Amino acid sequence: MTDAFRNRIDLELTVNGEAVELTVPAGRHLIDLLRLDLGLTGSHAGCEHGVCGACTVLVDGAPVRGCLTLAPQLGGADVWTIEGLTDRGLVADLQAAFVARNALQCGYCTPGMLVAAKALIDAGGTPSRAEIREHMSGNYCRCTGYEAIVDAVETVARDRAEGAMS
Amino acid sequence: MNIKFDDPNRPNSYIGRTVPRPNAGRLVAGKGRYVDDITLPRMVHVAFLRCPHAHAKIGEIDTEEARAQKGVLGIFTARDLAQVCTPWEGKLAHLEGMKTPPQSALAIDRATWAGEPVVAVVARTRAEAEAAAALVIVDFEPLPAVTDMRSALDKDTPVLHPQFDDNLCFRKENATATPQKAFDGAHTVVESEFKIGRHTGVTLEPRVIIADWNGGEGELTAHVSNQAPHMLQVLLAKHMGIPESRVRVICGDVGGSFGVKVHVYPDEVATAAIAKIMGRPVKFCADRLESFTSDIHARDHEATGRIAVDESGKILGFDVDDWTGIGPYSIYPRTSAVEGLQVTNLIGGPYDFEHYRVRSTTVFQNKGICAQYRAVGHPVAVAITEGLVDMAAAEMGIDPIEFRRRNVIRDDAYPVTTAAGLKLEGLSHEKSLDALVEAMDYDVLRAEQADLRKRGIHRGIGIASFIELTNPSPFMYGIGGARISAQDGCTVRMDPDGSVVVLTGVTEQGQGTEAIMAQIVAEAVGIRPDMVRVVTGDTRVTPFGGGTWASRGAGIGGEAALKAGRALRDQILGIAASMLQAKAEGLDIRDGQIVDAASGEDRLPLEELGRVVYFRGDTLPKDLSRELMQTRHYITSDYPYAFTNGVQASYVEVDTETGFVKLLKHWCVEDCGRIINPQLVDEQIRGGIVQGIGGALFEEIVYDDEGQIQNGSMADYLVPMSGEMPDMVIRHVETPTQESELGAKGAGEAGTAGAPAAVMNAINDAIRPLGGQVTRMPFTPERVLRALGTLKD
Ligand code: FES
Ligand code: FES
Repeated sequence: MTDAFRNRIDLELTVNGEAVELTVPAGRHLIDLLRLDLGLTGSHAGCEHGVCGACTVLVDGAPVRGCLTLAPQLGGADVWTIEGLTDRGLVADLQAAFVARNALQCGYCTPGMLVAAKALIDAGGTPSRAEIREHMSGNYCRCTGYEAIVDAVETVARDRAEGAMS
Repeated sequence: MNIKFDDPNRPNSYIGRTVPRPNAGRLVAGKGRYVDDITLPRMVHVAFLRCPHAHAKIGEIDTEEARAQKGVLGIFTARDLAQVCTPWEGKLAHLEGMKTPPQSALAIDRATWAGEPVVAVVARTRAEAEAAAALVIVDFEPLPAVTDMRSALDKDTPVLHPQFDDNLCFRKENATATPQKAFDGAHTVVESEFKIGRHTGVTLEPRVIIADWNGGEGELTAHVSNQAPHMLQVLLAKHMGIPESRVRVICGDVGGSFGVKVHVYPDEVATAAIAKIMGRPVKFCADRLESFTSDIHARDHEATGRIAVDESGKILGFDVDDWTGIGPYSIYPRTSAVEGLQVTNLIGGPYDFEHYRVRSTTVFQNKGICAQYRAVGHPVAVAITEGLVDMAAAEMGIDPIEFRRRNVIRDDAYPVTTAAGLKLEGLSHEKSLDALVEAMDYDVLRAEQADLRKRGIHRGIGIASFIELTNPSPFMYGIGGARISAQDGCTVRMDPDGSVVVLTGVTEQGQGTEAIMAQIVAEAVGIRPDMVRVVTGDTRVTPFGGGTWASRGAGIGGEAALKAGRALRDQILGIAASMLQAKAEGLDIRDGQIVDAASGEDRLPLEELGRVVYFRGDTLPKDLSRELMQTRHYITSDYPYAFTNGVQASYVEVDTETGFVKLLKHWCVEDCGRIINPQLVDEQIRGGIVQGIGGALFEEIVYDDEGQIQNGSMADYLVPMSGEMPDMVIRHVETPTQESELGAKGAGEAGTAGAPAAVMNAINDAIRPLGGQVTRMPFTPERVLRALGTLKD
């Protein structure tokens, strides 16, 4: 272990709309900060090297890999996880569509999927199935085969677009 | 009373309907509780130093520097753990001649694959444990590695285990009396090699366990991501010398399993042993590299196969020589011989023919251990069978659908014993083919294919019929001496408010076990599914059972739930009859109300009955039986397995310049007997298909000649992502098993069984006119280009 890794840093940021102050090792990754330091276990670690998307959370509005983001990058950041998004109802329609379409089986990929889908849906419009597949292809799911996830995202995009028109 | 399944308007008709999963709402909210989400007081973390060589002698182990690191609390070697934990052998008595050496929680004296755990380091945090493990110095002396399966039995290949004469783990030949007869003078004989790559499960949640030793009670509690809690309970007890009653295994939310999490792993046993030694909770969570090197692998088969056909296009026989390398040990307790064994049973499964010979050879090698993974053996057998069938059809100029129609076992022929000796109760190959042709609009698709071919676009249609083993009886493991329950049980309890709690021995890993149990019990008792709460995965609480594997949850666990629910209903009606001065036969329960069976008129809400039984039992006759809790068990006995069947089709486009295969669409017609929840069945099949496609197009653990994994990360071991996957059309034929009242067979593995063959046949259909043929999975662009002759060495 290097001294740099052992060094700890003081951090102030906002997580799910709540101010957080904590001291963590400088080598702390966001996913560990959330899970270990804040007890927010809704975000998961699948690969810990940026490939699977299970750790996807929102930082300053953009989806990022929690396993690649280091604590020192997070001073003043605005972080949203599945817990906060759920409490505020910000992904309620996606969650309802995922349940109705059975777009989750074991559920381990689901929080990351929902955050990735939110980014696409929030951009507006009605993406094609191919566009949805392309957008979601940074998030690995071993269980579903993806079709139900694509269906759920497509339904919400269409419903939101129709809601916006009416 | 029998349930009139064919009447959708019957009361409480929840079996057969799409009902939402009770646990899904929690999971989408990020409120799952997977093992790594659990933190126990005084919990510490273990990390392992794993052997970096495929085969090495273990010399001196120097732990001094590691021990001095801040946060390190203990370092353990094989000898330390041997004090509290005995070795095991993955053998089954009925697999004649099979051999495997004892395996320990940590390697003793010699490590036999790159990734085998050698030293365990415990620290306050996982990061500290991992950092310290890297500082342990082990004097490894590399030994020659056995890596090639085909030469593993050659005289000049080193023998991996000194106690044996050769590297043979198991060999099985299954043959009819005159296997050669088919091939002598047959009109058409087609022969081919096939290769199925080495896969691994890549569950998104890695393997993870927290073991907690309670010295005061002499009791071990393990929270573990696993599919078979009672099996693990019994085996941890056995090897740690603890009474079974003092081991509790809890499997909460499991982030995918697919067979990866149904085995005994040395690092997990080591974690339990360390918890006992240290007297505090210890957590082990595999990182992704550890998953690749120490989760079970599967497949890795090479085969030569022949099919003989007469002039009318009728199959006469199959002759297959199959080889597989399973790493240095047979897995415990299910053995690593089963995948090869399945191949010897399943070749030619859908077809009516006479002559059969399949030999499978399972050898030891210095690679990761291979074992049961979704659809065990089926993708291999189906690829060989359906590959040969399509090649024969093409050779004879017969359309592949027509060729199959001529050869499948007729729907009215059952029961049937196949040439391989399988007892089949009732299948529907003919109906399934009809349904497939209709779903695909086969002729139109063929016309489109021909049309595009003229314009230089090479599309292919691939068909794969299959059978699938589900609902296993004790013939699978129990008769071989393994303490793995083929029976399962269910306890159903009505509480004062009329709601029902279900305790089941089968487990939930996302298939929807909780949902179907709620549906079955709701219908059996006569209440809404939302009045049912289901408890799974706790050996202290649920009836002793087998867990969820081999597509047994719905067929076996579901039947136990149906029986328990019916028993509770009868008990409730007996009490109601007494309260209402009526005859029990004249009453029914509908939607949580006791009603007059004939008129449907409400007589008594269940909660009123619950109130009286629990709080005013004094008002009931003294001798009235009032057990509002009933348990029933179920085991299959007429057939060793309930086979299902189906047929898949894949439509692909091959880019002949780049070798890329684009999946355009996929179809599956599947017959899993009674469907309990159509949506859950469809999604099991879709997920399974994509897992099968992974093996066909992307997935392969690559080892070099020295036994080192070349692609042990998710960036290098390619898995299907949403971008490349097709939409899938799923259709059903329902042939319920007559063995149970529910009639359900398994549905979880059919997708994986048939998809690789369908994709292979589709690619070959596309490139055959160009003179190409692929049989070596995964069909990477490079392999496709080589098949086309575009790429030469
Ligand atoms: S855990 Fe971050 S991408 Fe996999
Ligand atoms: S639902 Fe299991 S990984 Fe996606």
